[in-house]
Amino acid sequence: MSTEHREKEEEEVKTDGGSPKIKPRPIVQLGIFLISHSPVFSVVFSAAGVMALLLLPLLAKNTYISENALMPGSARSMLSHRDVSDGSKLVNDIQNFRLNHEGQGVEVQRLIGKYMSEMGAEVYYQKFQPDGNHFHPLHFFSGPASYTDLGNVSCASYGVNVAGIIRAPRGDGKESIVLVTPYDFINGGDYEALSFGIASSLFSLLARVTWLSKDIIWLVADSRYGDYRPVSAWLSEYHTPSFEVSDLSKCDDELNISDSFRRAGTVAAALVVKVDGRSERFEDTLSIYAEASNGQMPNLDLINVVNYLAVHRQGFYVKVEKVVSLLSSSWLKTVGEILEAVGKVARTLNPDWKFGIPAADYLEGSATLASSLYSQALGIPTGPHGAFRDYQVDAITLKVSPRFPPGNKGRQHEFFLRGAQLLEGTIRSVNNLLEKFHQSFFLYLLTSPGKFISVGVYMIAFALLVAPLPMVAASLYIDGCNTLTNATDNSAENLKSWKWLRAAKQVFALHLLGFIVTLLPYFISQLPGEQSPTNRSIVWATTSSSLLLVTFVTIPGCSPFSSRPHGANWTVLKSVTISAAFIGLCLMSIINFATAEIGALLLVPMCLMVRPIKPDLRSGRVKSLLCALCSMVLVTIGFPVMFFAISKGLLGEGLVGLSLGGEFWTWLESLWAWKSATYLYIGMVHLPCWLLCLCILFHPS
Amino acid sequence: MAGLVLTRPIPLLILQSFLLAVAFGSNEVEEEFSEALLLKPLPDRKVLAHFHFENRAPPSNSHGRHHHLFPKAISQLVQKFRVKEMELSFTQGRWNHEHWGGSDPLSSMNAKPVGVELWAVFDVPHSQVDASWKNLTHALSGLFCASINYLESSASYAAPTWGFGRNSDKLRYGSLPREAVCTENLTPWLKLLPCRDKDGISALMNRPSVYRGFYHSQRLYLSMVDSGEEGVGSGMLLEQTLTVVLQPDDVSVEKHLQPSWSLSSLFGRNVVGKCVLAKSSNVYLQMEGLAHPEAHTLWKNAEFELSIKPDRTLRESSSVLFIYSIDKSSDSEPFDLGLTWKLPSKWSCQQAPLHASRFLMGSGNERGAIAILLKATESQDKLSGRDLTNGRCTIKANIFQIFPWYVKVYYHTLQIFVDQQQNTSSEVLKKINVSPSTDKMSSGMMEMMLELPCEVKSAAISIEYDKGFLHIDEYPPDANQGFDIPSALISFPDHHASLDFKEELSTLPLLSKFKDKSLVRSYTEVLLVPLTTPDFSMPYNVITITCTVFALYFGSLLNALRRRIGEEERFLKSKGKKTGGLKQLLSRFTAKIRGRPVESPSSDSPATRSSILSTKLLFKIILVAVAAAAWQFFSTDM
Repeated sequence: MSTEHREKEEEEVKTDGGSPKIKPRPIVQLGIFLISHSPVFSVVFSAAGVMALLLLPLLAKNTYISENALMPGSARSMLSHRDVSDGSKLVNDIQNFRLNHEGQGVEVQRLIGKYMSEMGAEVYYQKFQPDGNHFHPLHFFSGPASYTDLGNVSCASYGVNVAGIIRAPRGDGKESIVLVTPYDFINGGDYEALSFGIASSLFSLLARVTWLSKDIIWLVADSRYGDYRPVSAWLSEYHTPSFEVSDLSKCDDELNISDSFRRAGTVAAALVVKVDGRSERFEDTLSIYAEASNGQMPNLDLINVVNYLAVHRQGFYVKVEKVVSLLSSSWLKTVGEILEAVGKVARTLNPDWKFGIPAADYLEGSATLASSLYSQALGIPTGPHGAFRDYQVDAITLKVSPRFPPGNKGRQHEFFLRGAQLLEGTIRSVNNLLEKFHQSFFLYLLTSPGKFISVGVYMIAFALLVAPLPMVAASLYIDGCNTLTNATDNSAENLKSWKWLRAAKQVFALHLLGFIVTLLPYFISQLPGEQSPTNRSIVWATTSSSLLLVTFVTIPGCSPFSSRPHGANWTVLKSVTISAAFIGLCLMSIINFATAEIGALLLVPMCLMVRPIKPDLRSGRVKSLLCALCSMVLVTIGFPVMFFAISKGLLGEGLVGLSLGGEFWTWLESLWAWKSATYLYIGMVHLPCWLLCLCILFHPS
Repeated sequence: MAGLVLTRPIPLLILQSFLLAVAFGSNEVEEEFSEALLLKPLPDRKVLAHFHFENRAPPSNSHGRHHHLFPKAISQLVQKFRVKEMELSFTQGRWNHEHWGGSDPLSSMNAKPVGVELWAVFDVPHSQVDASWKNLTHALSGLFCASINYLESSASYAAPTWGFGRNSDKLRYGSLPREAVCTENLTPWLKLLPCRDKDGISALMNRPSVYRGFYHSQRLYLSMVDSGEEGVGSGMLLEQTLTVVLQPDDVSVEKHLQPSWSLSSLFGRNVVGKCVLAKSSNVYLQMEGLAHPEAHTLWKNAEFELSIKPDRTLRESSSVLFIYSIDKSSDSEPFDLGLTWKLPSKWSCQQAPLHASRFLMGSGNERGAIAILLKATESQDKLSGRDLTNGRCTIKANIFQIFPWYVKVYYHTLQIFVDQQQNTSSEVLKKINVSPSTDKMSSGMMEMMLELPCEVKSAAISIEYDKGFLHIDEYPPDANQGFDIPSALISFPDHHASLDFKEELSTLPLLSKFKDKSLVRSYTEVLLVPLTTPDFSMPYNVITITCTVFALYFGSLLNALRRRIGEEERFLKSKGKKTGGLKQLLSRFTAKIRGRPVESPSSDSPATRSSILSTKLLFKIILVAVAAAAWQFFSTDM
């Protein structure tokens, strides 16, 4: 006992009182260590970040149904052949009608409405206007606005939605489930009309079942102006109606539909059903689309239920979208093979380690993951379900591809039966749900219909990617201060802590420029006359570059081309740039994670590598030249337009010159039309950082 | 009270019953019970069955607390809480105003909001009304096996002044939209009947068929009948009704023909005789909108055929009533009324002048708006309620609405649109009474009277609100579903629902009730407001994060309070100069052995060290205690 004591005491004294020197606290020590070795760590962290991203398909977990109340597939389907033949009859009628009648009346809508009311539903028609792209810079993040200020309304062009409501016999009418079938009443093909067969079979069943506790709304969306617009028009009328006289109601025509809009409580969930083309596989294919605006996803349980029922009950081949070009990429295959080999080795060491997956699975998983990441990053909904997300309703689009040609009546019956049974099961599950969807994940990436990566896993890659930024910023700042103090005399000593101010001014000026450039398209789109996208992009490019020149001229120290080294020390400038990029990326990761992830992949290497090329070129050493080349390449790729062109090129569309500008403009226009935060990110984080990197690259030091 | 009765000595009981018998013999007005069933085919191929039981206790004080037929539980309720008038309803399903009617007495009295609705008028001083209400809710809660006691909290009921249609300041109104209605509520309700469901018309109430219906509303109405005589107490009237809408099994192949049915096919049972205690026991069949003129008189005609010849036929302006008495039925010859349609028939029900629907506007967890939409119906009956004062034809509509406190309504945002034009002036809004809600204390209430022009097509009222935050223990189970806003009541004070019979009908209580004028009223839908809800399923995360925050906070706080950097530096320097390692080791070692602090005159360092050690220990204990307290706090909160 006492000897133990003595030993302890000895140790304590040696560490505590032995040396008179004060040791800094361990956390400070660690920080200093990291900062002093920042180049090594930044390489390690960035590589680990990319590595973690590549490992994600391996880390995907199998989906499971989290909410017990859903109980998918526990009830026997009640769909009868009579219901299905009702559906077939509707499809036949529509097809015959469209063969015999040309023109764009509302007769088809009336026909559907007639069928609905015969089934016992309350039917109404809704007129809506095709919506132009009304970009307003301040409307980002604002809620779905009512479209009252459409200006001149033409009675010639409008769409007509049909909706039918089945009231739950014993329900209290507080909640409802929406079923949407978009159909182009003018150009709709035979395949598209099949979705009516599924929906109508289901509707005819639901009209007579007694287990409903939520009302069912079947919305036939008139998709002549796109899939999204009719659904969003209907939702906006459902949630934010205008009680004033609407201009459309003044148009007198065959359809007298004033004041007939009906509602059915809070929408619990929505399913969009589309039939699309012929399946390439032997089975009928079901594609699930879930991404809504700004990377918002519906609750994972909704996808799980559909996936479970489609796979285990109805035998559909379920898929989610993937980037097809990645499937044939050799490098990804190599990575997959390496990981498979590593997995095998690990299993020989310990049979419990089961992280290896076959290379083919890896390839599939990463192609799906890439698509999932891309769709979320773009911030544009992948289907009409996106409109529901704006009202916090969980919704997905189901695209069914039958394996038979549209004329095959025999197969059609069985197809309707299975499609309607799938929907019946899903609706029954949602109907069972007492609470709204909240149990499962909202933040996830899909690697296959049955596998997902939750937020806790995928944010590791991003965290590793951005981790070097503060380290490098700190180390650069210390370097910059040291050189500055060395260069000037002790008179600058008292101003030591304010050295970053000049650099910050420059960074701020360029961020302001970025903000103005972001707002410019609004004014350009207000230009009179019909301008082609190419012209508009030219106007935009010229105004932006002239603004940039003005900035360089007016604000001292901003210009990278001024002869005397008037501006701040480039290291301090880079340090502030990196800090700004770090803050921007972190903010973006909260708004739209996927955008931040892809943005970090571009920004982080560029910001870390960039350094003035003049000294490097002057020194003429191979290493310096390599560095200069690297930073130049990275800065080139980092330019948004350039990256857009490269990604287009990867997808197999060569674009050069002015057409590129036009394409880019159209792309941006689509971004702001959808209120995508990615647009704000590009304009207010990416572009200024890229400009600052350009400044550093051409810094006269 | 029941306990009181039980503990009463038996001889006294005998004596009392003797006295009662004496008093009973001398009194000429007796307690009366009557039962009736009204059947009515509905335009949407359904059948409405309305059971009506009336129990009258005559005004007399000679009975004391004893009754012959009148349920004791109810009379005790009346005596104890001084209830003047009361109505309690349990409803499942929604009344379809378009197809099942809106302006006839049946629908205006029996179309109730989903869940439980209770209102009562008390005969007590103002200060005691609330207390009586609270006691009454508890008593009813026990009596009917329902959670009516939730209406006790002051945040769940309101005191309407004129919007409810009854001008009394001793009225309290509350409703529970989420209450599920089932047999456990029906059984105690049946217990109040003298024959229960063993005999008479109530024997038809086969639970599976009653609860299979599309609408099910069980109602209890109680009122005091003043005798007007001095010294004599007031009599009691208890009305129990059950309204069900059933879908007859459709066996015919003909799609356009209305389904034929019989009592046994609807309920799976027959009537095998009247309740012997009932004074009258009748079955009525009401047929509306008959096309054939002969159908108005004949029970067998080209359009339909009844299986039994009616005892009497009554005609009303738009309908025919066939009356049957079930006195003659017996086990061998059960009363099984059937209706067989022969020709396709279509008709529409009388509708209220305006059809009301209510919905929520907006999205998100922050704010929203409630809108009430009134739409003109194609009712020919509009003329009857027209008020032609000031040369203008107007429809009056009263809207009564309760807002729970977590829906914070901004009354200044009230907007009224008439025929799609915003109406800013008070031209339409005649009267409004608002009582704002107090957080967690009382619910808000809005009563307004609209006077709309007769030719109005639609009117809309919208009012904005903010969503409040609830304390964690105020969330109900299944909070993630959302929160309910009770139904609004739209009543039309100038419109009265009554069946216009020429005959004298005082012997038929149900029909005389229908003959009386009653207010046309309709309830709107219950609304579901999604509120911000904490993630209850993850208390573990909450605890972990809180503990981490606590640990970090207290760790750094203690460090900042305890450590004195300058002092430490000085101490280390002095120690480096003065004491060698070995010497200090020795001194501390001896101190440890002795068990007391080192008394070293050369430096005060060991003393401070030991004191630091002890404070460290103390702080550790405090930290553990705080952590434990935090744990306790959060675990009780969960």
